Amino acid sequence: MSIWISIIVAGIINYLSRLGSVLLIKPERLNESTKKILGYVPSAVFPAIIFPAVFLNETNAIVHINDPKIIGFIVAIIIGYITKNIITTIISGLISYWIVIFIF
Amino acid sequence: MSKKTENLIKGFYDVCPLLLPVVPFGIIFGAIGIELGFGPYITYATSIIIFSGASQIVFFQLLSNGASPLIAITSSSVVSTRHLLYGAVVAQYLSKLSLIWKLFLSYLLTDQSFAVSQDYFKKNLNDKYKHYHLLGAGLTLWTVWQVTTIIGILLGSIVPEELGLTFTIPLTFLALLVNYFRKIDHLFVIFISGLLSIIFYEAPFKSYIILSSLFSLLAIFLFLKFKKKI
Repeated sequence: MSIWISIIVAGIINYLSRLGSVLLIKPERLNESTKKILGYVPSAVFPAIIFPAVFLNETNAIVHINDPKIIGFIVAIIIGYITKNIITTIISGLISYWIVIFIF
Repeated sequence: MSKKTENLIKGFYDVCPLLLPVVPFGIIFGAIGIELGFGPYITYATSIIIFSGASQIVFFQLLSNGASPLIAITSSSVVSTRHLLYGAVVAQYLSKLSLIWKLFLSYLLTDQSFAVSQDYFKKNLNDKYKHYHLLGAGLTLWTVWQVTTIIGILLGSIVPEELGLTFTIPLTFLALLVNYFRKIDHLFVIFISGLLSIIFYEAPFKSYIILSSLFSLLAIFLFLKFKKKI
């Protein structure tokens, strides 16, 4: 039973974290600097998901410089920079990662 | 086609490339739930009630490692706090909507739907039905997440581990940042946040995501203040 309660509590808090700002923030009360800073939210949040997934291994140690993930990551950055396209960025990173783990 | 339908479909199209990691991740999550002994109902319930891959994984991993429910709830909630930032961004565009819309769209606000819809909102300020974009993106993601969780529960890990598909998660988030690659101020924030996430990785309750996000926002604020740009 307690697991169900835990899931529901976790679900409610999770939902409130999505709803909180949407409900409470009144855009007319935000000043220009706050709006400007909010424009950086994707650049501030996503790297915190990206970097540990690329640079840390299962034991939370920093991976070696020629790790397949690093290679895929660098290729994806270069292709992303050139093409500015979401799909080519993901695919190029994945394919170069596969080339390293399956061929080398 | 009405503007509403058009936006709904646009949301669907925009979020499609981001489904690449969601499909294997959903299947893997369903399989992990069963492997850890949570059973099909509890595993599936988290996909509806919590509906956030990262929070669900953290929740299950901690409980199965013998952590107390309180720790599991706290950690999955801390992981979820990044949505407060997403909400603050989209609130600027959704403020005129009715309460029902806000309640429903908030449920659908995930990393991926936020990423594509905030971009659409920014470029279509005067579109009266822009929220349909988030509806389309959110519903697509929700449906795929539910279906793939069920596939994982029923069929187990049908995704071969050797393919290393979990690597598509960081790749997708990286791809979401491509439009900022040529902007030095954004690169500054990206670099600070990434560096801090490695430093804070072992911080309690998986707080490294929100800590790195807030500190990097503070850094750009101070930088712009110093440059007298805000």
